[in-house]
Amino acid sequence: MFDNPALIKAIFGRLTLESLPLHEPIVVGTFAVVALGGVALFGAVTYFKLWGYLWREWFTTVDHKRIGIMYMILGIVMLLRGFADAIMMRGQQMLAFNGSEGYLNAHHYDQIFTAHGVIMIFFVAMPLVTGLMNYVVPLQIGARDVSFPFLNNFSFWMTVGGAVLVMASLFIGEFARTGWLAYPPLSNLGYSPDVGVDYYIWALQVAGIGTTLSGINLICTIVKLRAPGMTMMKMPVFTWTSLCTNVLIVASFPVLTVVLALLSLDRYVGTNFFTNDFGGSPMMYVNLIWIWGHPEVYILVLPAFGIFSEVTSTFSGKRLFGYTSMVYATVVITILSYLVWLHHFFTMGSGASVNSFFGITTMIISIPTGAKMFNWLFTMYRGRIRFELPMMWTIAFMLTFVIGGMTGVLLAVPPADFVLHNSLFLVAHFHNVIIGGVLFGLFAGIGYWFPKAFGFRLDPFWGKLSFWFWVTGFFFAFMPLYVLGLMGVTRRLRVFDDPSLQIWFIIAGFGAFLILLGIGCMLMQFAVSFLRREQLRDVTGDPWNGRTLEWATSSPPPDYNFAFTPVVYDNDAWFDMKRRGYSRPLTGFKPIHMPSNTGTGIILAGLATAMGFALIWYIWWLAALCVIGLFVVAIGHTFNYHRDFDIPADEVVRVEEARTRLIAAGAK
Amino acid sequence: MRALKLLALLPFAAALGGCDFVVLAPAGDVAAQQRDLVVISTVLMLLIVLPVMALTVLFAWRYRQTNTQAAYDPEWDHSTGLELVIWSAPLLIIVCLGALTWMGTHLLDPYRTLGRIDSNRPVVAQDAPLNVEVVALDWKWLFIYPDYGVATVNELAAPVDRPIHFRITASSVMNSFYIPALAGQIYAMPGMETKLHAVANKPGSFKGFSANYSGAGFSGMHFTFKSLASTEFDGWIANVRASAAKLTRADYLKLERPSSNEPVRKYAAVDNDLYKAILNMCVEAGKMCMSEMMAIDAKGGLGHQGLNNTLPLTYDKYARRGAPLGPEPTYVAGICSVDELKGRTSPDLAAPLDMTPLRGIGLTRPPFSPANSSTSLLLGQRQKSDS
Amino acid sequence: MTVQTMNIAAGSSETSQPVFHVLDEHAHPEGYSTSLGFWIYLMSDCLIFAMLFAVFGVLGGNYAAGPAPKDLFDLKLVAVNTSMLLLSSITYGFAMLTMEKSQVRATQMWLAITGLFGLAFIGIELTEFAHMIHEGATPQRSAFLSSFFTLVGTHGLHVSFGLVWLVTLMVQVARYGLIEANRRRLMCLSMFWHFLDVVWIGVFTFVYLLGMLR
Repeated sequence: MFDNPALIKAIFGRLTLESLPLHEPIVVGTFAVVALGGVALFGAVTYFKLWGYLWREWFTTVDHKRIGIMYMILGIVMLLRGFADAIMMRGQQMLAFNGSEGYLNAHHYDQIFTAHGVIMIFFVAMPLVTGLMNYVVPLQIGARDVSFPFLNNFSFWMTVGGAVLVMASLFIGEFARTGWLAYPPLSNLGYSPDVGVDYYIWALQVAGIGTTLSGINLICTIVKLRAPGMTMMKMPVFTWTSLCTNVLIVASFPVLTVVLALLSLDRYVGTNFFTNDFGGSPMMYVNLIWIWGHPEVYILVLPAFGIFSEVTSTFSGKRLFGYTSMVYATVVITILSYLVWLHHFFTMGSGASVNSFFGITTMIISIPTGAKMFNWLFTMYRGRIRFELPMMWTIAFMLTFVIGGMTGVLLAVPPADFVLHNSLFLVAHFHNVIIGGVLFGLFAGIGYWFPKAFGFRLDPFWGKLSFWFWVTGFFFAFMPLYVLGLMGVTRRLRVFDDPSLQIWFIIAGFGAFLILLGIGCMLMQFAVSFLRREQLRDVTGDPWNGRTLEWATSSPPPDYNFAFTPVVYDNDAWFDMKRRGYSRPLTGFKPIHMPSNTGTGIILAGLATAMGFALIWYIWWLAALCVIGLFVVAIGHTFNYHRDFDIPADEVVRVEEARTRLIAAGAK
Repeated sequence: MRALKLLALLPFAAALGGCDFVVLAPAGDVAAQQRDLVVISTVLMLLIVLPVMALTVLFAWRYRQTNTQAAYDPEWDHSTGLELVIWSAPLLIIVCLGALTWMGTHLLDPYRTLGRIDSNRPVVAQDAPLNVEVVALDWKWLFIYPDYGVATVNELAAPVDRPIHFRITASSVMNSFYIPALAGQIYAMPGMETKLHAVANKPGSFKGFSANYSGAGFSGMHFTFKSLASTEFDGWIANVRASAAKLTRADYLKLERPSSNEPVRKYAAVDNDLYKAILNMCVEAGKMCMSEMMAIDAKGGLGHQGLNNTLPLTYDKYARRGAPLGPEPTYVAGICSVDELKGRTSPDLAAPLDMTPLRGIGLTRPPFSPANSSTSLLLGQRQKSDS
Repeated sequence: MTVQTMNIAAGSSETSQPVFHVLDEHAHPEGYSTSLGFWIYLMSDCLIFAMLFAVFGVLGGNYAAGPAPKDLFDLKLVAVNTSMLLLSSITYGFAMLTMEKSQVRATQMWLAITGLFGLAFIGIELTEFAHMIHEGATPQRSAFLSSFFTLVGTHGLHVSFGLVWLVTLMVQVARYGLIEANRRRLMCLSMFWHFLDVVWIGVFTFVYLLGMLR
């Protein structure tokens, strides 16, 4: 039966044994490690009989807190993969001098820099940002969950589905060799006939739909579920930036969906949107993808700005300076981020007036950003600054981000961009803002809200070690790239013929090594903190003397977040409550209405992922089955009208009394 | 701490005094003006960035928790005057920078013909520009000198102090034409033409390359730009003319196939309309030129008859394979037109004999390529042509 | 969302201590955010169509020496098609009116009529597509045809999804009656349906009418 090639092709599409990179020792080695790790994890979960627990309490959960934590775990796991790609690139560029080809061939190297970009943006930064927003926003606005809890679960699993596809490309087939935005004509079928670009398309398509839905969800949550008294201008700044970010998501991810759909039509059906022939226009792809791509940058950085605002204000023990101007700055950035996309390709020859228009709009964004910087500065002014880790990350951010901002504005000057575009200067610039802005912000956020999520603080020793490795590593890794850019070295090169450049790549490689240590220390920090959790325990729920509502409840918060919905009178709602001698209610608890868990989200996302995989490999029957499955499951889900339950008052009483005892014990 | 780190880099910097900061010390007037913009903008921005960094360090130190001497004002969160300053200070810088950008962008527009040779000498009538037609191929550069009727691969030469007028296109995927010492870059795109005006002021050999990733051979896609004294340039042209090779359309079709790390090649003669044909993607016989197609489209297409003027793709120059769910790949056949007749098409114009399928990556074909796919869900079973 | 609208426990007004939590709380009604959420979803979908319109705007004149709109479109057929969709919007409106009066049977009837109009629309569109493809004007022939088929096809796909949804809702109304949840769902589908109608007016104007003038 299996000697009929037509049959095999009908069953497996273009998936054959040769698709498995068995001849690549690096990939096989990686696979062995991942497989062993996977087997160990699987075995451990099975041995400890945790599958049922995981399924009931985590995979099917609709609790925004658990979903937030799962997003964070996804982001950190994918950070390891993305960073492995980074260090391989650094290694290659360190070695490939004086006639050496390095240790990676073009086939590999080109996949690695593409995967690095895609993973770091879509599967590290996005999950970490979404995770923090998911966890914190409902708590900050005094809500019990998001507006659409089931949708939240589904969005998360779609993001995981995308990540699974990217990871699968490592071991089955290959990933795209096009750069992280897959410009045609290179990404057209003619120049990339293999599965790489299809993996790219479906991973982003699946994850992108999840992100869009999560954006809709969080907008509704913030608009509709705020605690009484919390007017728009009394929302915490992180909630504001989250709102703007989610508006950006909803208003930009559909563009990505469309542009990827058109690319897939070109690749699957043979249409002519982005081809050279038959009237197609590759330039249109570049325009469309950056109409999504530029807002994406602000999607990542706005929540980080929000985190810095919360952290600066809390650790300076002071109200945030210029709350109103901070909010307006955020809104202005949100709007302007749609008017600047062309600065990513000034060199396409759009003409001087168009180029200067987009150059100047780009510079205008630096005005509200600069105002934000000053606001943080004057929040510190006349404060009492506690240099806990989140605050250290914030200071590091302020010192590094201004450099990135400066080089960014420099690149917005079109003639300057003509000499620096696509150079390592550009690479240094966007790492400067993404690491120095987004990642430092996320680390600050993780350190800041970790005690809220788990009830104990992160170990400061390993945290500080990680901090210093990261910060020095960052400067060692990227300052040489600025220098190289000024020497006219372009990005994505695999081999070099000018030996005088090598020393700079070695310094950059050393920086990457320091960052590796930083990541190691960070993982160590999580492990040590878990082991020392009793010493690091916080029973008050408010370890930092916080100012916003999330600190009003216990750590970790109960399923229902707040036994009674708080009423807000001030921007710093919790600080206001503390100052006016608020005491926690101990009686009068009522049943609380909550959404029930459901497995539909993970099933739907699993089907969507399988459909993506089937389409990548041209396994048409499987794709068709998955589509049918998606319809059946989705429609079936709508026949379930009982998606909520009540937490009985007794249960609420039990939880609240336990907390009372804990606080009393802690106070002794 | 950051300053300390920069200090730590200083010894390296000293050791590397010989490094070539070509972007900061270019050899062409256009690049020099672009460098000036880089420097001026940086200085302008440092006006605000340095104080911010200093204040950050100062405030962080001054208002640390242990310093109980410092003022503590936990309720202070607004100051109209200060707000005015923090919005207007960046605004002022951006106004200056914006004005600079507007002027600089128009002045240094790559499409604009040069007004000066360098800061002291304006362009005069006798400085007729040198025309160079640039084609980015997979993965090498073709330079055609229409004024001299010669062409080179991976080597470009121009006389010092003579304006150069580049017309740039690509054969397959997007590249970026960049000689840091001469002028800023501009994309090279298939089926489209970009222009660049530049002038070299110093003699010497400089590196040029593609600044936009274009596939597996990208790293080797560089060339030498020779800026020569006027007499030397004439010698260089004579040297190219002395070469035996000619670049006909058929030769071009062989040349454009993917290859990396190509040596320098020189062609004593070039098909007159080759560049035009490359730009209009009709080097192959019988394919409709884009200029013609666009003219037809502007008049409303060819109607129903237009549905019949496609032919199955046999020579797969654009590596346009049939999509798995689409019909067999085709191309639009040229119709006899003035455009076609004007070009002196050489009689030996035929597709190369080597019909092995062409793939953009230029590597061995993995077994799971779609080229052999023959199942087409939309249009029934149909055999795909294999090339 | 203001303090006044919420029922806040009284009793401490004589002291300076304000009330910091809602004692007598009512959970947000089920589907409290649904209509806002659905609106936002529709706007994101609208963006998808906006992009497809933009693509058609850019590529709509690139016939690749092939046929132009005036060679291909049969305006009379499209006019009939348009009227099908417009009528279906009207009948959906009747369905909503009868739903307000809680007349299950009448609602179901109007929904069925809406579905039939929708089906007719899809049928005519598919006929048109089949005719064009049969002539050789396939989506692969030119960028104009690629963008035409994609824009109109995406709209058609939306209508098809709407039909599946409509049938699902009819089953649910039949089974569970016009309960609150079903009313909300019918309201969402109604917005979706009218939205597609609005998009189609854009398609009819920009693709078909202006295409004939091109």
